[in-house]
Amino acid sequence: MRNRYDEVFQRLKHNNELAFVPFVTLGDPNYETSLHIIQALIDEGCDALELGIPFSDPLADGPVIQQANLRALKHHVNTQQCFHIIESIRALNPNIAIGLLVYANLVFKTGLDQFYQMAKSSGVDSILVADVPIHEAEPYLNSANKHHIAPVFMIPPNIDFTSLEKIASQQCAYFYLMSRPGVTGAELAATMPKQEFIEKIKSITTTPLLLGFGVSTPTQILEAKQAQLDGVISGSSVIKYIDVFQSKAEIIESISYYVRQMKQATRQN
Amino acid sequence: MLPLINPYFGDYGGMFVPQILMPVLLDLEQAFIEAVEDPAFNQELSTLLSEYAGRPTPLTLCKNLAENTPAKIYLKREDLLHGGAHKTNQVLAQALLAKRMGKTSIIAETGAGQHGVATALACALLNLKCRVHMGAKDIERQSPNVFRMKLMGAEIIPVTSGSATLKDACNSAFRDWIGSYEDSHYLLGTAAGPHPYPIIVREFQRIIGKEAREQIIKQAGRLPDQVIACVGGGSNAIGIFADFLADKSVQLIGVEPAGLGVDTNHHGAAIMKGSTGIMFGMKAPVLQNSDGQILESYSVSAGLDFPSIGPEHAYLRDIKRAEYVSATDKEAIAAFQLLAEKEGIIPALESSHALAYALKVAKKCTAETIIIVNISGRGDKDIFTVQKILESGSIQHA
Ligand SMILES: Cc1ncc(COP(=O)(O)O)c(C=O)c1O
Repeated sequence: MRNRYDEVFQRLKHNNELAFVPFVTLGDPNYETSLHIIQALIDEGCDALELGIPFSDPLADGPVIQQANLRALKHHVNTQQCFHIIESIRALNPNIAIGLLVYANLVFKTGLDQFYQMAKSSGVDSILVADVPIHEAEPYLNSANKHHIAPVFMIPPNIDFTSLEKIASQQCAYFYLMSRPGVTGAELAATMPKQEFIEKIKSITTTPLLLGFGVSTPTQILEAKQAQLDGVISGSSVIKYIDVFQSKAEIIESISYYVRQMKQATRQN
Repeated sequence: MLPLINPYFGDYGGMFVPQILMPVLLDLEQAFIEAVEDPAFNQELSTLLSEYAGRPTPLTLCKNLAENTPAKIYLKREDLLHGGAHKTNQVLAQALLAKRMGKTSIIAETGAGQHGVATALACALLNLKCRVHMGAKDIERQSPNVFRMKLMGAEIIPVTSGSATLKDACNSAFRDWIGSYEDSHYLLGTAAGPHPYPIIVREFQRIIGKEAREQIIKQAGRLPDQVIACVGGGSNAIGIFADFLADKSVQLIGVEPAGLGVDTNHHGAAIMKGSTGIMFGMKAPVLQNSDGQILESYSVSAGLDFPSIGPEHAYLRDIKRAEYVSATDKEAIAAFQLLAEKEGIIPALESSHALAYALKVAKKCTAETIIIVNISGRGDKDIFTVQKILESGSIQHA
């Protein structure tokens, strides 16, 4: 459902803030710690969550998120446990918008309807399937509609206009603007989309535009604001602290500090 | 933008890639269609295939292999192709296609190193830069091919993520391409992956079956009863099957790697033991758990060590036009030795799977049966592996 997202984006617009949306992999590095990390993200004021279900073959991800997937799988975190984590988070945080980012096979193998239904009842608001482009998306959109989950699509810089229009005609929670070619990761910094590209998108839709891939610094948030975007998504720059630190306390502390910095930047002009 | 050719074979195939690769794949499809309709392209390719790669390859009737049986076993000799395997056919074609598209670099994935070697030689010949993604485990077990690739100027990119084998090399190649498509072509090595690869690879491997069909009619005076090929991703099999599809009397048989046995956890029999899933950009049979996590495959032959199979094979199975069986490591190694002993030909371990099944058929047949086995490659790359196994007296899970 778009409701939680609608509320967030309205509030942010009113306050002239951008959305800061962190991405983490569910169950990374393990079930327990993952729960605490996600709660810390919320406590530090993130505006929505983007959560991944670990997958053995994350085709669109760079080394940091690949490792996150492997860590979770090594601890035998399965799809059902991921939904349990979301349920627990939802129980404590009735208003936070929760998005899932998954690879198609996890949805397909479970069964599309079954998967979207499980997602809905655990408290998920939106789903992005990373390896389902718009022209393969119909069955996924049908299940999303049926279970009142808002779809999210990636908009890469090389998208053709017909596909863009097709995506724009869906009731998406937001559009995930891919800042640059390449896989996820902070090693290759985001490039701000061209002004005319943003204007082209805005001419056909009012859906909020969130920038992701290589967004890791407060400066980039200011640039995104200047570019008239509605928010940013940061994954690898959050997850890297899970890689660097061993103890749960250190992981939580460093992630909290980072999220605070990033959220602060969304309020600056 | 929509594809010009149907990306599906029945329920299988499609284009399950991040949106960013869609325009790239559709450009490739367009370029492929234009190329195959261009006489100049076809001329250049067929000159390369005959004068550089050594086509046509012979069809050899075995003198001793099937003695005391009414079977006649013919071998389609892709082992004699330059590069040592059928891979060279479609690699030369895709490399020409890449040049036509103005690409200056080639990305490839490799397991056994055969596709990597073929890609490296084509790139050396056609002045293209070459990056080969290869699992760290495979780099170790296929070191002669690693050296061959380096000699021909290819850069080897070791892949340490996941199981560090072919499936992870495939992921890594895709990741590379997502960031480099402007100047790079992904030269995929088998009849799998997202559309248009299964079609491109089939069309450029079709020459195997086209020649074999003409040769068998000339040499045996009739069509064969059976055509047998091993299946990893499915390129040598679809290549030899394609021109026989319309000949309903010809049985087409694909042989999957049964590893230590299809009822163990150590095999690569995706079509027999897998279920439909979405991986490597396509919907196809895949070895997976109940959540959809992809499982690691196993085979003594690195070229068959892949947990999925190309979509057209799954379709041919469904419509019952082709049949899929399996051969174990043990059976393949026995066939490998037997062909060397009886005919003086050392086949690739991959091809030995097809041969192993052909030998079973030969033993059982009661009337004259003409069998064509696709010897997809030569076994030089495998001699150390086989030597080790024979000396230790047992097959061990690598
Ligand atoms: C000699 C040989 N045969 C067969 C294969 C399997 O691939 P495919 O099923 O695409 O023919 C390989 C792959 O490396 C190979 O090297």
